[in-house]
Amino acid sequence: MSAAAVPRALAIGYWMHLKMLATSAFNGFLAIIWPLFFATIAFLVYGLTGDDRTLLYASIGASVMGVWSAVSTSGSATVQRERRQGTLELLVAAPVPIAWVLLPITTAMATVGLYSMAATLLWGWLLFGIDVTIAHPLQFAVSVPVTVLAIGMLGFLLSVTVVRYRTAWALGNAFELPVWLVSGFLVPISILPEWVRPISWVLAPTWGVRAIRESALGGQPLPDLLACLGLGVGYLLIGVVCAESVLRSARQNASLALS
Amino acid sequence: MTVIEVSDLRRTYRTRASPWRRAVREVEAVRGVDFAVERGELFGLLGPNGAGKTTTIKMLITLLIPTSGTARVLGHDVVEESREVRRRVGYVFGGDRGLYERLSGLDNLRYFAELYGVPARDQRARIGELLEQVGLTGREKERVEGYSRGMRQRLHVARGLLHKPEVLFLDEPSIGIDPVGARELRGTVADLRSAGTTVLLTTHYMFEADELCDRIAVIAGGRIVAEGTPADLKSRVGEGSVVEVEVYGDAGAAVAAVEALPGVRGAGVEERGQAQVLVVRAVPGAEVTHAVLGCLADVPLGRVATREPTLEDAYVELVGATTA
Repeated sequence: MSAAAVPRALAIGYWMHLKMLATSAFNGFLAIIWPLFFATIAFLVYGLTGDDRTLLYASIGASVMGVWSAVSTSGSATVQRERRQGTLELLVAAPVPIAWVLLPITTAMATVGLYSMAATLLWGWLLFGIDVTIAHPLQFAVSVPVTVLAIGMLGFLLSVTVVRYRTAWALGNAFELPVWLVSGFLVPISILPEWVRPISWVLAPTWGVRAIRESALGGQPLPDLLACLGLGVGYLLIGVVCAESVLRSARQNASLALS
Repeated sequence: MTVIEVSDLRRTYRTRASPWRRAVREVEAVRGVDFAVERGELFGLLGPNGAGKTTTIKMLITLLIPTSGTARVLGHDVVEESREVRRRVGYVFGGDRGLYERLSGLDNLRYFAELYGVPARDQRARIGELLEQVGLTGREKERVEGYSRGMRQRLHVARGLLHKPEVLFLDEPSIGIDPVGARELRGTVADLRSAGTTVLLTTHYMFEADELCDRIAVIAGGRIVAEGTPADLKSRVGEGSVVEVEVYGDAGAAVAAVEALPGVRGAGVEERGQAQVLVVRAVPGAEVTHAVLGCLADVPLGRVATREPTLEDAYVELVGATTA
């Protein structure tokens, strides 16, 4: 395959997986309902403060929670589903690097998570009267897709392990809630114990949610945005480099199929 | 030109009973297999369940790394040059799996066309051509979840042929499809062979192998127990005859007595509808029918027939001798 054909292959893969996600009634129902639950809890807790800025802070945190949840749980479950339905072997048998196959899957999941951002902000505005006035609309418009993509890359890294280990799909569920907490979606990481902070720093969602908040509340989002972008690129590189050796190990250990 | 070269190929699976136990169980699925397939040949790999057929194919299409031994496809090592192998081979397996249910047949083909590097400008024509070939034209925009098993299998075949592979691996492609669908599939496979595609086929259907294959290897217990043309294999049991007796009762009880008769090479029981059929293989020139019927004196009998040995008889004898 020529280098020019790579973006097209990635785009078609992304579109096909997005199509599959969009046509799943069950996934669709969960994608619609779950973020609204997260948002409602956040609004009810932070609503007690009566401060509009705090409510917007919580609203943005809850919205990014939905993106991470979609990527962490559904992303790894999707790769497991490929294994269960016998398509994982066909994807591996294709002459393209496995990273090109996995990247569209996780970025499609992240895109579904994007809905939860919009739904959460809309829910807050309609039901709780939260004023969603964005201080720096342009920076906000850049911060959101960068964060979504970086979270998608973290999901990609997770999906590489799912290819190797049949039970690794459970990691997605295991990481969902800790990352909410450690990335400071609802509570500032400054109130977490000191030893937790290095973990927060290596997680792109930490910087992504900060960049979005800074853009919305009128701060300086650029440093956070660059950190988020850098980590996303880092995950991508680590995933691409590791994917082939992980795949070799899967071929060695016969873990591409369920039996 | 030799297209597939397999030498002393072995594959052992290691499994743990539980994550808490150190003990590892080893299963030798393939135990030193050697064979070669020439360009344009249709080579059959026959064997019972668990014989090592699928494991062998998965090593050849680079999904599994052999424990030892070597395999080369079109001159490329399946371990070291896996991408070169993948570019040139197609893989189709039987059953319901291996397709995206929520996508249409057309989208399934478009996605795999991208992954297999079919140039964008050729995709539309190639997909149209394949849909026509497998008889799915007009149904390609429907979601796969609404397809019958036969339609899914035909879509599988189309997917496997998207990139015009030089070698096609078919792993029990006709399993579970109706007789008409199976006949059409055999027609498609025969056409591919006529067009010069090398095919490696595994199947449980002996008539299918007999009709299609140029050469066959019988694999049992992870080893090749016989190899040759269908005629060669039949000739191994060909000198003699086969007596079939329909039995409406317990034919199994008579097998030992029948096998002890002079002139009998072997006997077995097959289930056919309401009846059991006692299949007796006799040595050349021996007339065993009366003696066999004598062993079944107390059991109601149906049709009794004598016929020439088939590939299935050869297969049963070869596999039976290995597992005995």
